[in-house]
Amino acid sequence: MEQVIVNGLYLGAQYALIALGLTLIFSLMNVLNFAHGQMYVLGAFVTYTVYGQWHLPFVVALIASSLTLFALGALIEMFLFRPVIRRSKREESTMLLAAAIAFLFDAGILLIFGEKGHGVPKIVRGVLNTGAIIIPYDRILVACLAVVFIAVFMAFMQFSRVGRAMRALAQDRVAAQLMGVNVDRYSMIGFALGALLAGLIGGLLVAITGVSSGIGTAVSTKAFMMVMIGGAGVVGGAIAGGFILGMLEAVGLSVLHAYGDITYLVIFASLMVFLAIRPNGLMGKPWG
Amino acid sequence: MAAQRSTLKILGVVSALVAATALGNAALAANPKLKIGFVGVTSGPAAAWGTSNVRSMQTLADMWNGAGGVKIGDKTYDIEVVTFDDQKDPKLSIQGMEKMAQQGIHYVVGPNVDDGAAAVRPVAEKNNIIYFPYAFPKTLYQKPASNAVLGMVANYQSGPAIYKYLKDNKGVKTIAFVAANESDPLSQRDSGVEAAKALGLKVVASKDTYANDTTDFTPVLTPIVALKPDLLVLSGVAPANAPLLIRAARELGYTGLMSTETAQDANVLKEGAGKLADGFISVGGASTPEIRSDQMVKFIDTYTKKFGEYNDESNTKVYALEYIVDTLKANPAAVDNIGEFKKTMDTFSAPNPYLKDANARLTYVGMTSFGQKRQLSVPMVVNEYENGAFKTLFVGHVD
Repeated sequence: MEQVIVNGLYLGAQYALIALGLTLIFSLMNVLNFAHGQMYVLGAFVTYTVYGQWHLPFVVALIASSLTLFALGALIEMFLFRPVIRRSKREESTMLLAAAIAFLFDAGILLIFGEKGHGVPKIVRGVLNTGAIIIPYDRILVACLAVVFIAVFMAFMQFSRVGRAMRALAQDRVAAQLMGVNVDRYSMIGFALGALLAGLIGGLLVAITGVSSGIGTAVSTKAFMMVMIGGAGVVGGAIAGGFILGMLEAVGLSVLHAYGDITYLVIFASLMVFLAIRPNGLMGKPWG
Repeated sequence: MAAQRSTLKILGVVSALVAATALGNAALAANPKLKIGFVGVTSGPAAAWGTSNVRSMQTLADMWNGAGGVKIGDKTYDIEVVTFDDQKDPKLSIQGMEKMAQQGIHYVVGPNVDDGAAAVRPVAEKNNIIYFPYAFPKTLYQKPASNAVLGMVANYQSGPAIYKYLKDNKGVKTIAFVAANESDPLSQRDSGVEAAKALGLKVVASKDTYANDTTDFTPVLTPIVALKPDLLVLSGVAPANAPLLIRAARELGYTGLMSTETAQDANVLKEGAGKLADGFISVGGASTPEIRSDQMVKFIDTYTKKFGEYNDESNTKVYALEYIVDTLKANPAAVDNIGEFKKTMDTFSAPNPYLKDANARLTYVGMTSFGQKRQLSVPMVVNEYENGAFKTLFVGHVD
């Protein structure tokens, strides 16, 4: 049982970080970013290239992934989402745009990085084996880093000027604008930050799970599930959703394995019942 | 006057260019085109399966076309590969096969998975198309079906051979299976379980599955590793998932053997699992340097130059187009008559250009498994991964 709990906590930490970026973008811009998984994949491929191919330090690769996705996110917001949001009254327009960006990323990544799965050398070797728990050291490191990144992000949102401005935007866009918050600027920063988080966790996890083109949609699906569990647009909700999904997976795969692949069936069925009772998830919107 | 001269000069240059283009086109059009289709998956997580097909076909076509084309009867053709990405969706597979029919194509490689191959059957039969799936349901190849030709060795042919070898040579007594929750891996797992039981092996796990988009397999493998099987079979595992499963199992302390009946790529295993993949057993075509011919080496070189890196799955995928063209050479009437192609399959035999063995032949097989010759005879090379490369464990044959 100890192993199952450790597996759940480890999965939860990485899932929470994946969901954070998605919920940030949703809360700021009311955009369901279907390309979030593809941004994760791109971040993973940047780390694969910098660390796995160019043999630069892993930290440098993580920074490269983060900056690449930050810049890309900023450009996407400025040149794609901003004009669409300005001109279109319909929310579906941004959803369609996000889906189109996801397809574009999928095709581009496949073209540039090929169809094969890729991995990088382990960042830390060795396995912790206490008898009851077996966990490789690199997973412990990744889980700890994920928790640190989440804490840094929370602190940034809570205490920095930019974070406060983004929280104000998320709470009431019009009121924030009337109070002098530059909506365009902070929307761009928020979207870029969401993309950065996707790239960062992609880069972090490539050392554990490897990466292949085409997994972006699956990553997005899981991220949406976490956001639905926790409540769309709520940072705390995304973190809670991530840990809940991680724990459900770990327990389900351990307890239900003898009955075949029913873990996700049970999770999805439970989610449907849960959403019928609490349609806004655990914490709902808005946050602040 | 000067302006008129300039205009005349420009007109002259344009006329020369048009004439040169026309001449060039005429030269290029010297050989008629023989279109061969591909319908399979070239995007998404399973993109490696179809991409290795397409790239093998394109490489081979380039090699032949570059050498002046292929002579079939009294005509010399350039091979044109027409591709369709079905995204592993049976509905799209049908669309793809219909597109091939609209273009008058009679020979199609693919689809890559069971449900896609089953879905295109009515379209192929209605439109006189022979297709070469990489899917294992026997009903596709048994009568009354007659248009599908299995492009590789099926798991129910290689699995028993691998388990028997490991039982006899490595003392395997207990076996566990894990498969993705999709039709191909599940059917491969079920036939693997049957084969293992028939050999007298004790099956300790046969229901464990995972979602195909899983990226962290530790929770999936934790209960299986606790059972300490002598052999862990990764049924129908996708190349991208194999190193992750191997790595998770080894990191959880699993010390037994691991195998799969699908083709893998050595470089993917090396990058994804490194030394942890040593000893992993899989099935390949003309995959190892010990058995491959100079022609195979040339193919690999051309492929690598064309696409940047080679895919070891192409060791098997190289065969489909070779068989199609060689069969047409044996009976040129089959170019637009699949009835003639079917007749020729029963007696067809040609040298295998990809193996060193001078006696190796290309023939259609499948009598034992399907009751008719509806399978390409490709070498069943059982490989063991070691230090970043495959080495031949043993070579088997399908009849």
